Amino acid sequence: MKYMLLIYSNPESWAGLSAEQREDLSRSHQELTRELTEQGLLVSAAGLADPITSRTIWVDADNTRSTTDGPYAEAKEHLAGFYLVECENIDQAIEYAARMPDAEYVAVEVRPVMDASGLEM
Amino acid sequence: MLLREQAPQVLSALVRHYGHFDLAEEAVQEALLAASQQWPGEGVPDNPRGWLIRVGSRRLTDLLRSESARRKREENAATMASPEEFVAPSPEIDDLGGRDDTLTLLFLCCHPSLSPASQIALTLRAVGGLTTAQIAAAFLVPEATMAQRISRAKRSIKQAGSTFEMPPEAERDARMGAVLHVLYLIFNEGYTASSGDDLHSAELTTEAIRLARGVRRLLPDDGEVAGLLALMLLTDARRPARTAPDGSLIPLAEQDRSKWNEAAIAEGEQLVSDALARTQLGPYQVQAAIAAVHGTAKRAEDTDWRQIVALYQVLEQISDNPMVRLNHAVAVGMAVGPKEGLALLEPLDTDGRMKDHHRLEAVRAHLLEMSGDLDGARASYLLAARRTTSMPERDYLQKRADQISS
Repeated sequence: MKYMLLIYSNPESWAGLSAEQREDLSRSHQELTRELTEQGLLVSAAGLADPITSRTIWVDADNTRSTTDGPYAEAKEHLAGFYLVECENIDQAIEYAARMPDAEYVAVEVRPVMDASGLEM
Repeated sequence: MLLREQAPQVLSALVRHYGHFDLAEEAVQEALLAASQQWPGEGVPDNPRGWLIRVGSRRLTDLLRSESARRKREENAATMASPEEFVAPSPEIDDLGGRDDTLTLLFLCCHPSLSPASQIALTLRAVGGLTTAQIAAAFLVPEATMAQRISRAKRSIKQAGSTFEMPPEAERDARMGAVLHVLYLIFNEGYTASSGDDLHSAELTTEAIRLARGVRRLLPDDGEVAGLLALMLLTDARRPARTAPDGSLIPLAEQDRSKWNEAAIAEGEQLVSDALARTQLGPYQVQAAIAAVHGTAKRAEDTDWRQIVALYQVLEQISDNPMVRLNHAVAVGMAVGPKEGLALLEPLDTDGRMKDHHRLEAVRAHLLEMSGDLDGARASYLLAARRTTSMPERDYLQKRADQISS
């Protein structure tokens, strides 16, 4: 079963970190990525650029496209990075989410990934 | 002849002779690969297994030499055994005189020190002879993930000090239970995959049935082996009818039964009747018996629900779990009435393993719909749709909710 670990952040929490804390954070991510890779659990992981670099796109019914600068939803928190991991169950995914160094400062969300399998009822 | 069928015998021969299960397993994969490249051009050798054993053993000797050289470098040569001590000298290995060690191999691959996911992966590679890439594709994970899972499994077996021998008599039943469970999980993984875009996964059902047939040949008097094989055949018989061309799920009651595989149903029914009459009762036999009741009903409305209720009562006694109780509630709903079925759901609402499960909500929706509580049914279908992580199940449940409101 695949789970998405979503790291939410906000500009203040990131700006509030000391240089040392930021270095710790990126080192911890490297270690965790290495461990997940060695365990064969990592499908993909990435840090996302700041939401001010986002473009949001709508395509209308008549196929006209409009683009605006910035994220879709104006919210205090934004998605800052993700890990896609293969775990036996949500508890195992929660264990890894709790080890995200970011969890100390911001929130990490665990979301099951949908799959194409299903059982007739 | 399926080349992969040779995998367990070739691997057993190498492990019996050289030990080193982990490296022997690599060597067999390479021998199978060499055969798949050479045989089509050069023709199948007179003794295919002998050929595979010879090539595998040559490859294993190389692997052991480089392993030995590596250790020497690491641990200061002087105290190390010579390669001759490490590598068995004889290049020719017997074919074990027709002896079949597949069962020993299955017990090793389903060793209790491994997680179910690792047991499945190792079984498919070492016993099924599938490549890591094929297994990864079937389970929709990156090849690196599957490769890690397999090498970790082999490491765990080594660390547990497990050897290539039949488990002691006292452990045999429990270990056999693990083997059957792994085959069942392989089958399920393939069966639940929607057809169409996912041919790889559908092949897992075929592979699980092939492996179960192999175990049955070795243990013809084991009722649970027969029961599991029957359950797989009876379930797989419905595969052509269970999905629409667009991949959407068709519930049992609405399936076109003329598409069911009659031969598989007949074989499954025969297997389970024999097992029930001759051997000790077990959960796979009872589940197969339930599948046989469905499989032999010509139309959905001909289903003998009272018989199914009775079988679920037996199943609850020998292997009680919330999923069995849920299915029992469905059967009671059909045989007696929706109110009686709904009453059986109550204890599940407080069962931590079940209370947030989408199937509990889907069953409630169905029983509420039967009872005429359409608002309640619609709300339950929608909640079930939100809870499932399966896209075809979500679409099906959403459609049921839509049908009620229109």
